[in-house]
Amino acid sequence: MAEKTRVSAVKYLSDFIVKGAFCAFLTYFSGFANLQANASSSLDSGQKAEPKSFNAGEMIMHHISDAHEIHFFTLNEGDAGAHHYSFYLPIIIKGKNGWDVFSSSHFYHHPKQITGSHDVYMEHNGYVLFHEQIYYAGPNGGLTMDSHGHPTNEKPLDMSITKSVAGLFIAGILVLLIFISVASSYKKRRGMAPRGLQSFLEPLILFIRDEVAVPSIGAKKADKFMPFLLSSFFFIWMANILGLIPFLGGFNVMGTLGVTLVLATVVFIITTLNGNRNYWVHILWPHGVPLPIKFILVPIEIIGIFIKPAVLMIRLTANITAGHIIILSFVSLIFIFGQQSAGAGYGVGVGSLLFMVFMNVIELLVAFLQAYVFTLLAAIYFGSAVEEAHHH
Amino acid sequence: MLSVGLGTIIWTSIAFLAVVFLLGRLAWKPILNLIREREESIEAALQSAEKARLEITELKDQNEALLAEARQERDKILREARDLKEKMIGDAKKIADDEARRMIEKAQIEIDRQKSAAISELKQQVAGFSLEIATKLVGKRMEDNAEQRAIINDHLSALGNQESKSAS
Repeated sequence: MAEKTRVSAVKYLSDFIVKGAFCAFLTYFSGFANLQANASSSLDSGQKAEPKSFNAGEMIMHHISDAHEIHFFTLNEGDAGAHHYSFYLPIIIKGKNGWDVFSSSHFYHHPKQITGSHDVYMEHNGYVLFHEQIYYAGPNGGLTMDSHGHPTNEKPLDMSITKSVAGLFIAGILVLLIFISVASSYKKRRGMAPRGLQSFLEPLILFIRDEVAVPSIGAKKADKFMPFLLSSFFFIWMANILGLIPFLGGFNVMGTLGVTLVLATVVFIITTLNGNRNYWVHILWPHGVPLPIKFILVPIEIIGIFIKPAVLMIRLTANITAGHIIILSFVSLIFIFGQQSAGAGYGVGVGSLLFMVFMNVIELLVAFLQAYVFTLLAAIYFGSAVEEAHHH
Repeated sequence: MLSVGLGTIIWTSIAFLAVVFLLGRLAWKPILNLIREREESIEAALQSAEKARLEITELKDQNEALLAEARQERDKILREARDLKEKMIGDAKKIADDEARRMIEKAQIEIDRQKSAAISELKQQVAGFSLEIATKLVGKRMEDNAEQRAIINDHLSALGNQESKSAS
């Protein structure tokens, strides 16, 4: 009886947390940002819009970089009546005068041209957004540039919900919703064969348990690490899939170094905290190695402690970003040839489109594969940390 | 892309750790436990099925052994019955033979007794006859003594021979 009450209380609480978080998320966003079409001239009024040639590198870098808006598409780009269709994310700044919270539409609606450059910056409320970085505005407003074209202004702490952070939240909430519902169907159909979503996900859960965790860590100790491994696998996978959905702003969550840095750091912390005597002996005083070699080996092993998670971070970021770059490159090809003549643009477009479809399918595989590789390597690192000495 | 913002790191830490914690509590714990529970029950079911199979095989073996034993028992009983029958027949035959022999012997003794009685009676009669014959002969011719004596002697010796023959 008590058990039953407890279970239902937990279920209620979980429902409450999930639904509450989701509602809060939505209301929070709608308060600051709403999907709107705004007519804004992309250049300062009065200045004649000179035809800007297409720069593939710039376009690609812009798309894979983190941003303070989720940009869906733009109509009449380059014209005076350009319409940007974007979801404006909240800007949260811890400045000198405390917290500042406002919608990023305040930035994006008022771009200003930097003299002698195509670059634009946006200013609002004493802050400047330049290349998606937030600076304090100068005493007379605007930025002060050094000789390399980098702003010398000071930066506040930018706690904004950027595109990647928003993607992170969406992926996290989706994973939570999916697995809490799967958990409830496990409870409902206790001891019975899985059904529906449950039967789709159970092989993946068993795959992580039986093919990733148990061979790397060992059946006895694997249980302890299962929640982290399963969570990171499905979280990374979901975030990667989110980035592959067309017309959704092209999230590049796992291609954002700040995100993978955190994941790798968590792996590093778990590995280090769980390292047993054997693990540290293996690093600091390896058995069966001549003394002179130890002087070479031990520093390498110590550096290795940090290199391993760093590799984890770089691999994930690079793979996911690379996929986005390839697809964007095919898009760029169309515009590059389109600038020569419309015919060449259409001609190349057909080929590019086929390659894009092909790449998207490959990326779907990569999305899974990178989540798997991250989880597998994390499991191997955990395994090496808890492995018992079995020879020497 | 390569710039690492502190804000991103803070938000990611919060979001990721929250996801790991919440999923761990609300999803993975029940899911993994219930999967293990189901696996164990399947394992147990398979084991009990195997055990039942073995038991059935054992039972079958036992049945066969029992059947073979019963068959042996039957054969033994039949053999015993046959032996008994033969023995009974043999015994009966022997008893019958013995009885027959005994009866024959008895008959023989009776015959011998009757015979010797008959002989002795015959002897008496013969002696009587001899006396009659002798009286007749004596009455008719008395002159020839020698001839009479010879006849009597002949008769007597013949009788004596007969008597010794039957006695032997």
